[in-house]
Amino acid sequence: MSTLVRQLDAQGNLKHFLTVEGLGRDLLTEILDRSEGFLGVARQAVKKVPLCRGKVVANLFFETSTRTRTTFELAAKRLSADVLNLNISTSATAKGETLLDTLRNLEAMHVDMFVVRHADSGAAHFIARHADPHVSIINAGDGRHSHPTQGMLDMFTIRRHKGDFSALTVAIVGDILHSRVARSQIQALNALGAREVRVIAPRTLIPAQAESLGVKVFHSLTEGVRDADVIILLRLQRERMSGALLPSEHEYFRLFGLTEKRLRGAKPDAIVMHPGPINRGVEMDSQVADGPRSVILEQVSNGIAVRMAIMSMCIGTQNLHSQDPHSQDLATRT
Amino acid sequence: MAERERISIRGGRLIDPANGIDAALDLHIANGQVVAVGPSPAGFAADRVLEADGQVVCPGFVDLCARLREPGLEHKATIASETLAAAAAGVTTLCCPPDTDPVVDTPAVAQLIYQTGQRRGAARVLPAGALTQQLQGRQITEMAALKRAGCPVMSQADRPVTNTQVQRRALEYAASFDLTVFLHPEDLDLSQGGCVHEGEVGTRLGLPGIPQAAETVAVARDLALAEQTGARIHFRGLSTARATEMLAEAQRRGIAASADVSAHQLVLTESDVDGFDVNCRVVPPLRTRADRDALRHAVARGTVSAICSDHQPHDADAKLAPFPAAAPGISALETLLPLVMSLVQEGVMDLSTAIARLSWGPAEILGLPLGRLDAGRSADVCVFDATATWTLTEQALVSRGHNTPFLGRPLLGRVTWTLLGGRVVFRRSREEA
Repeated sequence: MSTLVRQLDAQGNLKHFLTVEGLGRDLLTEILDRSEGFLGVARQAVKKVPLCRGKVVANLFFETSTRTRTTFELAAKRLSADVLNLNISTSATAKGETLLDTLRNLEAMHVDMFVVRHADSGAAHFIARHADPHVSIINAGDGRHSHPTQGMLDMFTIRRHKGDFSALTVAIVGDILHSRVARSQIQALNALGAREVRVIAPRTLIPAQAESLGVKVFHSLTEGVRDADVIILLRLQRERMSGALLPSEHEYFRLFGLTEKRLRGAKPDAIVMHPGPINRGVEMDSQVADGPRSVILEQVSNGIAVRMAIMSMCIGTQNLHSQDPHSQDLATRT
Repeated sequence: MAERERISIRGGRLIDPANGIDAALDLHIANGQVVAVGPSPAGFAADRVLEADGQVVCPGFVDLCARLREPGLEHKATIASETLAAAAAGVTTLCCPPDTDPVVDTPAVAQLIYQTGQRRGAARVLPAGALTQQLQGRQITEMAALKRAGCPVMSQADRPVTNTQVQRRALEYAASFDLTVFLHPEDLDLSQGGCVHEGEVGTRLGLPGIPQAAETVAVARDLALAEQTGARIHFRGLSTARATEMLAEAQRRGIAASADVSAHQLVLTESDVDGFDVNCRVVPPLRTRADRDALRHAVARGTVSAICSDHQPHDADAKLAPFPAAAPGISALETLLPLVMSLVQEGVMDLSTAIARLSWGPAEILGLPLGRLDAGRSADVCVFDATATWTLTEQALVSRGHNTPFLGRPLLGRVTWTLLGGRVVFRRSREEA
């Protein structure tokens, strides 16, 4: 199809990172392996590697986000790239033409990589399709569609605790309908061969034909977390209380909030994850959030390593196609 | 005006579904009208002969929904540009929805559109009159005056009346003047924020969905109102299997309800949206294969008696946006016949039925003596090569709108000549053919 954007170059190297969908287990495993290597950089005295030296990365955020943008910024800086941060309000004029105009202006500044967050599903694909072919696009979240770096950092966190995916039962709790994070997690878990992926929520927060994503659907938290190895809680946006999706935060917590008691139904060594920021007393109580099973803060630090891995792979692919011998040299030093 | 040419179209396969004709017959035209089918009448001497060997000769197509973008959106297209596209597509009569700027809610706007179409002369342009003022769904329009000004039907375009009482009154008032009302069946609360079918593809791509119930709830409401009021209603652009069943059942019970379907709904499904193809963003959305197959069946059976283009030409910028923000609609006039021919090729319906759904069927819905070729009728004729295969390119498009998912796709069936009121308004050059 004419509008289909390819994330991989002809040799199968990562050019853009728009979605987990369609990426094979080998490539996802390569991302996780490389992320291991970058984890040590934060502990070095000099927290930098020169893999993206001389490259310009622009964080193009049409939706506000502090943490995701910050971890991308840190990741790019640790790779020695120059970073531009652009927060563009979606309210007024950030529609089609403006989006392209913004893109063209930045391209004129010879930006090598765009990290894009936008409220519309498909926005990262749209930008990748219209961007200069030398530029890489990293999707930092588009509408309800995809948040692939978050998905991969969650896989990285799971692998560090659980090793092999093939024995794992993973339960994702919360607003699946509106969640780009859930879609990326589900795609990654299935590609990496997880035994069972479950989603748990009332029917108002489960998308149509959710089973087609490769999950089992539960409407009871107790049943859904039974014997789970990993429990991922999704952030519940306040606006879901309007629009007749949920009656109240109180009832949501009573039915779907994770407590120590409910956690007992899971495997004894089950871990609890959350992409943040947490609503304490809504998605889970503080005991769980701060308890021994919680790996939530670890997810944040892992996020930097995983984003370094993905950004360096995309820049490495650019260098392979570039004529500059200096870049070629850098590309081989991963 | 000078006497019009006397024309004979010879050697073709004449298909005139209204008269049950599908045979090798000549067609003779004088004074803008059909004078004879078969042998030429005594004393008839043609000024011009169109040799149609190997071609199909049929009534010019009647399109129940084509947006020409004039007045108000001339940066997208004009009556002049789009009627030329219609002629190239074999379409001789176009009914355009009233959502122009200004809205067709006064006789002046209706006359402006009608007369501009007449002056350009490439296709007959019939504006549908607005059912309510400004299409706001509150106060009904001067329907009798609109009818006198040339509006054959009343319509809300794609802005359904949400107030059921207003809808009931509007239907009753229209029925007083024997006016059919075109309805876009959509429950706006259920479809709010949606841009694709609520199903597998939308779920995977994270695109907000529009459930089938958004259509069936509206169809149920309007069938109930049609039954209550005795008004004649026409559903413009069905998309769901269930709606066709509801319609068939209502028709069996004698409710005066008809429907059409947009040609792309008979060919594309939700899968075509994959990859965020903005040219497949349409309202109502592309649905499942089962829905598409049910629509095909309903068209073949005649429950749905018209296929239209739902032509919506756009400027390039309108589609240069992420999927949910891109303007919906396809520039569809020039793929109307090829899409319908693909159904004939797949055995969904025979050629005669296909032509009926493009000509006589929609003409009946408009209540106009068009879409048929008996003697004395306006000589609106389409001559096309049913075996020609070609590829759609931007250069080949006559329409100003290049927004179509069919660019680069092989198509079957190509118009050779189009006649409107006995005048040749389109002729494909030999190099193109």
